[in-house]
Amino acid sequence: MVEPSAPRLIRSDASDHRVARYAAAAIVLSVAEAAIPTPLPGVKPGLANIVVLLVLLRHGWSEAAWVALLRVFATSLLLGQLFAPGFFLSLAGTFATLALLAAIVHLPRRWFGPVSLSVLAAFAHIGGQMLLARVWLVPHAGLWALWPVFSATATFFGIVNGLITARLQANPQHTNSESDEKTPA
Amino acid sequence: MHTREWLALLRPGDYLVIIAAIGATLLAGMTLWSSDQPTTAVVRAAGQEVARLPLDRPANFTVRGPLGLTHVEIQPGRARVASDPGPRQYCVKQGWLTRSGAAAICAPNEVTLQLEGRRAAYDSMSY
Repeated sequence: MVEPSAPRLIRSDASDHRVARYAAAAIVLSVAEAAIPTPLPGVKPGLANIVVLLVLLRHGWSEAAWVALLRVFATSLLLGQLFAPGFFLSLAGTFATLALLAAIVHLPRRWFGPVSLSVLAAFAHIGGQMLLARVWLVPHAGLWALWPVFSATATFFGIVNGLITARLQANPQHTNSESDEKTPA
Repeated sequence: MHTREWLALLRPGDYLVIIAAIGATLLAGMTLWSSDQPTTAVVRAAGQEVARLPLDRPANFTVRGPLGLTHVEIQPGRARVASDPGPRQYCVKQGWLTRSGAAAICAPNEVTLQLEGRRAAYDSMSY
């Protein structure tokens, strides 16, 4: 209990701890996959999205948004890419993804599972990235020639990440989610 | 974990989304990557269009420029500058043009040959 006369402290609650822990996991996955050579920027597994989807399904959209955005900033900072073009592409993709997820999270869960969310989110991500790249980095229609590659990547890794998310949702003992509630506030 | 267990994680709508995603990818690949077949050869002299020749049958066309006559040869699906009075013969050495948007430019004689498809490959070209 904070005394009325005591200096005001900013206290972190359980939600903050959760966001921090999930964001840390997402950052680790992003940094790890940055080591994978890729022929094209943007063609990568996007494993951090597994974490974002898990948070979305377990704790709702706003915590997922926190994790996703912290992930973008911290990963860019760690890789020395903060405010480089790749950072803004990543940010644009994440904004597009979060906007779409805010809508499709209300789809009936019985019919649309994590795989649907993951695939659609992956498409939103490349969509946001491509739009920013088109208007800002490469203002030329020829950029769309790359679209099939990104589309195929989004389909494949969207399915894979969605399946992993579904598996972790079905077997929560594989993650530390049950410790969420035990976190001291 | 076996395939069946992974498949058990999929819900009915997920199949729809996956099919739609694969379909969208194939569609994008076919529309964006299909090399546009040329349908017409356009001959210009001094920037003015002098002939528009369909690429579905053989034809020959001769156009006069400041240096002399440039001969254009058309065969089904392709076209070339067969001869040109220019000193360096770049447009002749270029050989057969087969792709939409491809152009052979005989600058000294002010003659150009360009292939066009259903869609224009470039917004505009000037010489």
